[in-house]
Amino acid sequence: MVDATHGPDAHAAEFADAELYHPRSWWTRYVFSQDAKVIAIQYASTALAIGLLALVLSWLMRMQLAFPGFLTFIDAAAYYQFITMHGMIMVIYLITALFLGGFGNYLIPLMLGARDMVFPYVNMLSYWTYLLAVLVLVASWFVPGGPTGAGWTLYPPQAILSNTPGQEGGIVLMLVSLILFVIGFTMGGLNYVVTVLQGRTRGMTLMRMPLTVWGIFIATVMAMLAFPALFVACVMMLFDKLLGTSFFMPAVVEMGNLLPHEGGSPILFQHLFWFFGHPEVYIVALPAFGIVSDLISTHARKNIFGYRMMVWAIVIIGALSFVVWAHHMYVSGMNPYFGFFFAITTLIIAVPTAIKVYNWVLTLWRGDIHLNPPMLFALAFIVTFVNGGLTGLFLGNVVVDVPLSDTMFVVAHFHMVMGVAPILVIFGAIYHWYPKITGRMLDNRLAQLHFWVTFLGAYLIFFPMHYLGIMGVPRRYFESGDISFQPPSAHDLNIFITVMALIVGAAQLVFVFNLIWSIRHGKPAGGNPWRATTLEWQTPETPPAHGNFGRDLPVVYRWAYDYSVPGAAEDFIPQNQPGPNPPHEAPAMPGGATS
Amino acid sequence: MSVVVMFFAIIAALAGWWLARQRLTVKPWLEQGVIEGVPDFGASRDPAKRVGLGFLLAVVGSLFALLTGAYFMRRELGDWQPLPVPPILWFNTAMLLLSSIALEWAQRAVRRGSRTQLRLGLAAAAVFAVTFLAGQLLAWGELAASGYVVDGNPSNSFFYLVTGLHGLHILGGLAALGWASVKAWGRGGVESVRLNVELCATYWLFMLFVWMVLFSLLAGWASDFVAFCQQLLS
Repeated sequence: MVDATHGPDAHAAEFADAELYHPRSWWTRYVFSQDAKVIAIQYASTALAIGLLALVLSWLMRMQLAFPGFLTFIDAAAYYQFITMHGMIMVIYLITALFLGGFGNYLIPLMLGARDMVFPYVNMLSYWTYLLAVLVLVASWFVPGGPTGAGWTLYPPQAILSNTPGQEGGIVLMLVSLILFVIGFTMGGLNYVVTVLQGRTRGMTLMRMPLTVWGIFIATVMAMLAFPALFVACVMMLFDKLLGTSFFMPAVVEMGNLLPHEGGSPILFQHLFWFFGHPEVYIVALPAFGIVSDLISTHARKNIFGYRMMVWAIVIIGALSFVVWAHHMYVSGMNPYFGFFFAITTLIIAVPTAIKVYNWVLTLWRGDIHLNPPMLFALAFIVTFVNGGLTGLFLGNVVVDVPLSDTMFVVAHFHMVMGVAPILVIFGAIYHWYPKITGRMLDNRLAQLHFWVTFLGAYLIFFPMHYLGIMGVPRRYFESGDISFQPPSAHDLNIFITVMALIVGAAQLVFVFNLIWSIRHGKPAGGNPWRATTLEWQTPETPPAHGNFGRDLPVVYRWAYDYSVPGAAEDFIPQNQPGPNPPHEAPAMPGGATS
Repeated sequence: MSVVVMFFAIIAALAGWWLARQRLTVKPWLEQGVIEGVPDFGASRDPAKRVGLGFLLAVVGSLFALLTGAYFMRRELGDWQPLPVPPILWFNTAMLLLSSIALEWAQRAVRRGSRTQLRLGLAAAAVFAVTFLAGQLLAWGELAASGYVVDGNPSNSFFYLVTGLHGLHILGGLAALGWASVKAWGRGGVESVRLNVELCATYWLFMLFVWMVLFSLLAGWASDFVAFCQQLLS
């Protein structure tokens, strides 16, 4: 990796002031590495691996719903365990870890012109703590009773009562794993935030940062404030489970025995959980917003419309997301006026979010749109996020939410907005940055196949699910049996959804194959295959060598979106290109129309 | 709840104040060239580690604010029986205060360049902090001996939980203090320890503040204060 053009002495000299850590052996270079790029790949690989497990779990659940009794090993307990682990893995261990640990680690130093994160050692610890959290989670399959089946929200009291699957060891391992995850994330989060604040290269002002970095930055700040709520909830529940305290546990008579708990408040847990849980939605969404902005601008060869608005919207969404948590608790028996307040804050978030959607569409308007795989996924994200967001407007209102709350409508809404939409961005981002990470392109035909099956398939899965929900088909049920209000067509629809889920899941194997195959056999990408402006595409080597930028750090002369500048020689001007000054007339620039 | 609101209001105010100084209204598409001397680049000349500590303290603060919020919500639920305050907590508070003062003194010693005073300060801080932790364990033992066990009343549970988490944070601080001591006893000059000592002192001050708040909470004064404020408002 170390570039051969300079001798080792020159190499030492050029990084002397940067206090850069240097790997000394194979182990410290590839395994216990402190290089953010390696850590990013470790984070991403771990997250994708555990995500594949969660994908298989969703297959098994769908099999049970469509063909009850066909897979004999799925009993009610197993079904709830699958639900729980699928939800928790996807939300925390896949999406959060991949956006912040994966893309955050890879892109923040490269996009800001830094040699590495500011605390590389802590960064390494962050990954290993995360890996430990994942292993503890997986270990719950191997303890008596298996993993917990409490549902991904782990509501007490049922989470620790004896009829809930995984009550013996599974719930304990789940809570310990979450605690470890929070600790590991905090270590990583300190790195991301402080690198953004202190590690930027010369000329890289905050308002010249690519929106990807803005999204990850604000999301990390939010996560650092919100994850302690999850931490507190998990520690208190561990006390209830292991020490017999009554933080959350009311007096319960179980199988004729009075349990030692009394007087605890399950609602208190819900408040703590959702105080983390709702910001979590935007912890995932903000990096996705940022990445999509960059993908769209690059692949439409146009500057992002309303850059300032985009930044402000990210900040405002981040702040607002802390005052909406109780909209997850409309059916918890709370005061309706309380719900009314949270309905209003919930609907207000739609305003900055809508601004972002308009700006994406206006960026596309009269752009030179290239339907590359990253662009396809970015476009699919916009559509999907709007769809999921609109059903969110339904559920954000108390009177509509109450009848729909326990139906498949919620499952459909949630998966559209927080499952499918961010995952589409993850795919788009991987197709976009894979050439930088490996130096080779992913195969385009496989990518197109992957995109169309995933995109159309996801709609065929989740659109019908809304109808099931409105029809009243309940969620969380292991099997519905013969219920008079469910017409036979509801069951046919269930079978259809399951078949589509199997197909979409299988399409992901194409993606995994493409990832592995292209490392060796992909078309060589060159340094800047998308002709993009941001700094990570201007590195002297691809994949970027240790220290990222060779001898001298880049100097930034312009914002990240100088595409199709009138009068410029090329249709993009990298951020680190000083001149020649093109005629930069404001009226010619759609983004500058307000000036 | 009001504690959580207050904490997040402070965080929001800090974030707003910081953002307001970041030229977020510029039109970056019109600006070219290297922008130097603007507030948002290199605005903070502080070392990255100090900024990192600031964010760490925000996380720790969030943790304890949420715990305090949970404490107040759980307290409302009727079965609450306040816990007698073990007198040893006063002694422990004094120990933590002395530990913090010792670190302040060590910080001065760095400025004066006195290696012996620095070492003395660090050692004293560590001894006082360890005494604090031992005292907390004694308090646990006393309470448990007189029947206030962890799974008794929720006020007991909160006592053990809150003091335990606070103690763990002091323990983490001791690890950092240990690293500073290793450097102070090593061959590097006094200057090389400056940042370590300063960060430890800041952390200690923060944990002292957190302890004061928690102590007043556990002793029941915080509740009296909140009740008094509610009376004033109504």
